[in-house]
Amino acid sequence: MATTMTQTETFVGKRVRRREDPRLITGTATYVEDIQMPGMHYAVIVRSPHAAARIRSIKTKQAEAAPGVVAVYTGKDTERVGPVPCGASLPGLRVPHHHVLATDRVYFVGHPVAVVVATDRYLARDAADLVEVDYDVLPAVADPEKALAKGAPAVHPEWPDNTAFTFHQEGGDVDKAFAEADLVVKQRMTSQRLIPMALETRGVVAEWRGADRQLNLYTSTQIPHLVRTLVAQMLSLEENRMRVVTPEVGGGFGSKLNVYAEEALMGFVAMKINKPVKWIESRRENFLCTIHGRGHVDYYEVAAKRDGTILGIKLKIIQDLGAYHQLLTPAIPTLSVLMMPGLYKTKNVRADIVGVFTNCMPTDAYRGAGRPEATHGIERMVDLLADELKMDPAEIRLKNFVGKDEFPYATATGLMYDSGDYAAPLKKALEIVGYQKLRQEQIEARKQGKWMGIGISTYGEICAIGPSPATPAGGWESATVKIEPSGKVTVMTGACPHGQGEETTFAQITADELGVGLDDVLVIRGDTAIVQYGIGTFGSRATAIGGTALYFALQDLKAKIKKFGAMLLESEDVTFSAGQVTCNRTGKSKSLQEIAGASYRALKLPPETEPGLLATRFWEPPNFTFPFGAHIVVSDIDGETGQIKIRRYVAVDDCGNMINPLLVDGQVHGGVAQGLGQALWEQVVYDDNGQLVTGELMDYAVPRAHMMPWIENDHTTTPSPVNPLGVKGVGEAGTIGCSPAVVNSVVDALSPLGVRHIDMPLTPEKIWKLIAGGN
Amino acid sequence: MKIRVTINGKSYSHDVEPRLLLIHYLREVVGLTGSHVGCETSLCGACTVELNGKAVKSCTMFAVQADGASVVTVEGLATDGKLHPVQEAFWNEHGLQCGFCTPGMIMASKQILDRTPKPTEEEIRHGLEGNVCRCTGYQHIVNAVKAAAAGAGK
Repeated sequence: MATTMTQTETFVGKRVRRREDPRLITGTATYVEDIQMPGMHYAVIVRSPHAAARIRSIKTKQAEAAPGVVAVYTGKDTERVGPVPCGASLPGLRVPHHHVLATDRVYFVGHPVAVVVATDRYLARDAADLVEVDYDVLPAVADPEKALAKGAPAVHPEWPDNTAFTFHQEGGDVDKAFAEADLVVKQRMTSQRLIPMALETRGVVAEWRGADRQLNLYTSTQIPHLVRTLVAQMLSLEENRMRVVTPEVGGGFGSKLNVYAEEALMGFVAMKINKPVKWIESRRENFLCTIHGRGHVDYYEVAAKRDGTILGIKLKIIQDLGAYHQLLTPAIPTLSVLMMPGLYKTKNVRADIVGVFTNCMPTDAYRGAGRPEATHGIERMVDLLADELKMDPAEIRLKNFVGKDEFPYATATGLMYDSGDYAAPLKKALEIVGYQKLRQEQIEARKQGKWMGIGISTYGEICAIGPSPATPAGGWESATVKIEPSGKVTVMTGACPHGQGEETTFAQITADELGVGLDDVLVIRGDTAIVQYGIGTFGSRATAIGGTALYFALQDLKAKIKKFGAMLLESEDVTFSAGQVTCNRTGKSKSLQEIAGASYRALKLPPETEPGLLATRFWEPPNFTFPFGAHIVVSDIDGETGQIKIRRYVAVDDCGNMINPLLVDGQVHGGVAQGLGQALWEQVVYDDNGQLVTGELMDYAVPRAHMMPWIENDHTTTPSPVNPLGVKGVGEAGTIGCSPAVVNSVVDALSPLGVRHIDMPLTPEKIWKLIAGGN
Repeated sequence: MKIRVTINGKSYSHDVEPRLLLIHYLREVVGLTGSHVGCETSLCGACTVELNGKAVKSCTMFAVQADGASVVTVEGLATDGKLHPVQEAFWNEHGLQCGFCTPGMIMASKQILDRTPKPTEEEIRHGLEGNVCRCTGYQHIVNAVKAAAAGAGK
């Protein structure tokens, strides 16, 4: 038997390569689609080709008679399955009843209408074409501002104004601030709809064990326990009769922070046919029917003094919600409001949101979820203000930052920023990029008719989401640590990493606390039958909250280990370090392995102590954490083609203490890629009839290797006081910091033409037109 | 139709439907689930395998077209329990996060190095154009290919 090594080597803070990788690089990991079961059936979903239509009739006979088909179900069959849940609540929120299969009407292209179940994947697909649906096509509306116009088609006939909710928040005295201002800058800007595009589409395998009344659901999700609670409810099944397993998950980015119709539908099908059933989303379905992100039209006004001091901000958000609310749809723009002051000191803010129904796929949390929109807004506005005042964009930021001695800092939107030194990453980034020299170069470049721009973005974000009062389903996280009789350590986390690497970072934390090797620790996640209830991975929360729950569980165990050690050493005067308990008087020690063995053998127990070494903690954070940073982009534009070339990308991020800087850099790179995608290439296009024009990877431009610039990473470190690890979270930072730096850079390049603002994505066509028009 | 294919050095013979895609043949008939389906349209590269020495997208090829061919999948790269240098480099350089694109990415990277043992960064990025990764921003993948190239020259 392998022995548990006790050692003094520590792992936190080191660039440790990941422990999850061997299975992933050898092709032996198990994703949902890799699961095979005896007697497995396959489901294909028939979806609406229309954005709005009444269903006159559905004929299923031909499909039912097709080879291999065992069943076809329509909305009539699933009427008793509960609605797809919306977890967000806002005053006066209108919540449409969201059936798992359409009943009498469809509301967006891709709306599920029927499900065909066959013994073979190809046969199910063949039969799906034989389901005849007779539609009475209705007028649709796909643009949120058009949906608010008088006479627009009603997405839901019961609410002809297409308004799902309005939301108002105010802090300070906005009217006074604007009255006293020397100037007010205004801008309408959009944060376009995006497709999250996890490389693994969604997929579900459902297995019903009728004799046990047990439903096993394998699903590609970020929130297995919440899926269990909510899908069990939809299926009227006892929660403890349902097991949700999240095998390997091929990316989420928020798109799998949800409960989808298909998850309940596959449960329903498995219970009906009494056989396992598999449904794997096609890429086209993924574009049509997995949540989209963003979808803002923002109207900004910023009031300021002539010296650059920002006095107040007004913001109106028109949020394109789509046809339904998915799990968090209406809550996402409220995060934009919370973050609207950015890193700046102004105490006077007013925000209004209008949530608008359209005949489109619902929007919901996509990497950053509300914060990229807010950061894009304020960072563009600060540049507009600087431009108006002929101030340097770095200088105006430094002037308005919350000072490093002002923390904790209460914002105008009701947040309490935990810790920060906002000037530090900006100064560092300016130095790395060589800012003054670049400005000199720019003057020369302009003389030669070249388009060169330098763009700055200083972002803040809300992470470690989040305290329970701020979330719909509990904002804590859980951890269990078991030290086995052999001294090996098993960690069960309620977080559900899907690429972030907590199998490694949590092992690093555990190894350091217990003084064991990384190989002595195993981290388990994503199975409700094994892991205690948990919340999941999203909102840059897993390490800050889940890691802290783990930290406290380890402290409980360390206290117990010490008690057993003291008993075995027959001394009260002992210390626990480097994996052993040592008597301070005699120098004698007992290893963790010996102590673990004794704790389970239990021949003798310390006073008031139970056998075994196991601890579970559910940790409720007292606050969010607030990472921050500065990104600088240097761009060169080809005036002939409108092509933007990013010459330099400098990212200085402060996410508090770093457990594993290698993984932090990876998170920033991936985040920046998605931010660049939004800034330069990606956009969801629905035509006026609600048809998705960007329905494939051929039309929807995700970044590829040759499109990405080299990212120069650096960091400052300001620990968070919110948790004992001092970590803040970094999953979304890159995405949040990126897009305004890119747009500011390109606007800066084109500013000699009088260009003040360009909406994303900055396609060559848009840029070329500005240059051609300007010349 | 009867086909005979050598996969990772082992010979297989199966009777398959003419319309069965190569990726489904590999995954569901042969049981090699390392190669993934990410888009079904040749655009993402998650299904990349080697066919007679050339990288191909196995999602837009029929199994019958592979009759008589030699196929290498990600499962066939490690020999005698030792990782292929490209696999090792992806691990060392943190060239993967969720791992879904990784088998295809590794096969494409191997192809780059087979064709150009000492590629420039531009050649690496160009060579990876047909493979989408949504997690890494490609930087650590580029580093991995560079590291594998440097290692092979030692």
